[in-house]
Amino acid sequence: MPLERADVEHIAALARIGLSEDEIVTFQEQLSNILDQFELLKQLDTSAVEPTGHAVELNSVMREDVPEESLSAEDTLLNAPRREGDLFRVKAVLEE
Amino acid sequence: MAELWQLTLHEARAGLDAGSFSAVDLARACFERIGQVEDRVKAYVTLTEDHALQQAEAADRALAEGRGGPMTGIPVQVKDLICTNGIPTTCSSRMLENFVPVYDATVWARLSTQGAVLLGKGNMDEFAMGSSCENSAFYPTHNPWDLGRVPGGSSGGAAAAVAADEAIVALGSDTGGSIRQPASLCGVAGLKPTYGRVSRYGLIAFASSLDQIGPVGKDVTDCAIALNAIAGYDPRDSTSLDLPVTDFTAGLTGEIKGMRLGIPREYFVDGMEPGVREAVEDAIRELETLGASVEPVSLPTTEYALACYYIIAPSECSANLARYDGVKFGYSYQDTPDMWEAMETTRQQGFGPEVKRRIMLGAYALSAGYYDAYYLKAQQVRTLIRQDFARVFETVDALVTPTSPVVAFPLGDKTADPVQMYLIDVCTLPINIAGLPAMSVPCGFSEGLPVGMQLIGPHLSEERLLDIAYAYEQATEWHKARPGL
Repeated sequence: MPLERADVEHIAALARIGLSEDEIVTFQEQLSNILDQFELLKQLDTSAVEPTGHAVELNSVMREDVPEESLSAEDTLLNAPRREGDLFRVKAVLEE
Repeated sequence: MAELWQLTLHEARAGLDAGSFSAVDLARACFERIGQVEDRVKAYVTLTEDHALQQAEAADRALAEGRGGPMTGIPVQVKDLICTNGIPTTCSSRMLENFVPVYDATVWARLSTQGAVLLGKGNMDEFAMGSSCENSAFYPTHNPWDLGRVPGGSSGGAAAAVAADEAIVALGSDTGGSIRQPASLCGVAGLKPTYGRVSRYGLIAFASSLDQIGPVGKDVTDCAIALNAIAGYDPRDSTSLDLPVTDFTAGLTGEIKGMRLGIPREYFVDGMEPGVREAVEDAIRELETLGASVEPVSLPTTEYALACYYIIAPSECSANLARYDGVKFGYSYQDTPDMWEAMETTRQQGFGPEVKRRIMLGAYALSAGYYDAYYLKAQQVRTLIRQDFARVFETVDALVTPTSPVVAFPLGDKTADPVQMYLIDVCTLPINIAGLPAMSVPCGFSEGLPVGMQLIGPHLSEERLLDIAYAYEQATEWHKARPGL
């Protein structure tokens, strides 16, 4: 199924990836080619088939709700691009 | 006498235990070898020589005090998506070029506690997405058998380092063939364990329901020793299997009389190179000579595995890689007051083309209106693929196939067309979809380049696969071949 240019722009917006003009053109063609490969799956009748999320059967695994040691604030912030004291600094989220 | 860097893990173990050389001697020898060939092979992103020599000194002390174990003093390369505390872990991506983990992945915590010596971090396709190591944001790794060709991927650094004797053993990860395919293309052994066998804690995630860490070694015994060191339950990984782990080296009997091997016809695909087919068919005959029975089997859903994989893996990737937003860690574009523009530019500049393709593919497959047609459908096909394998394993003990339909291809040969690159993994992808263990071992050469045979077994059959591979290895010499560098 060929993707329209607007589809590519929509997907990029969903994925929060900025794209150059060249990238839009290239991805439109390449993603369309890849989606063509997926058409094959339509041959299979899966109406009565349960989906598999994980190949090995495991139920939700929970640990006891007991506090354990975790990363210190300093370690947590060690790779922060921008910090202010013990906080991650971000750009303004709310507009005026 | 052989150079120390040429030793297998089990030979190095024997030498260390006998006091023939020290862990420091062995680590120095590996760095000497790295100094000779690394500028041509490019198997490492980061070298950790000072750290390694400190670890080697500690290993020598442990050995002198009788506290040594199977991995004490063994120099290893670790793929650069396995977190190493205080040592850069880049995923071969601009996004994580300056990322320094503040904790160890469970596999590396186990290895370092057991006295292993970290030589450095292995090059890879960016975020483990690729089959040639050409998607590394830094530089491609070169195949030691022919420097103009790819080593395979994504664990290309691991396989090339082991093949070029730049590491005694390596850890890779395998989401759709990323251990087995490069092992095949570089003529070394590689094992992808059963999903859940080895902890994923601290493995930087690509596709969480498919990712699995495993060893790349110079021979089968080395893979068994390394698997012993990393396998087993970890409460920090919620998909870790809480089951006992046996000693994988104890199962290496070399006796496979009566073993029932299935040859799935769908894995001998169109477009498979004749030299690869010949080498694998010869290997199957050798297994028969060793007493195994061989029968053709069919896995009819095989042809759907590629499409199934390329929906599931990118979908999980798009969710996992949402965390790279330039706020908490990693590359961060700052030159704008706008938050969304900062995030979008961070991701535009921080990710390479293949990573962007897969994130977008996944975002599309999961988006409103397409979820049922793509993601849900792929999960249903996943069930059919699992059932296919379960059915054949009622009548056979293991399957034998080629690992890759082609030998190592020239650098740049397949980078223009993503679909051509995806097709390279056609024999390895279905195994991850079903969560099965599989291994690749060298089984000959085609046009002077290594060919790998893949052994596939039911869940938790690592011991059996290792024994079949071991029996084959005892009867052949392929694993002893080394490239002339």
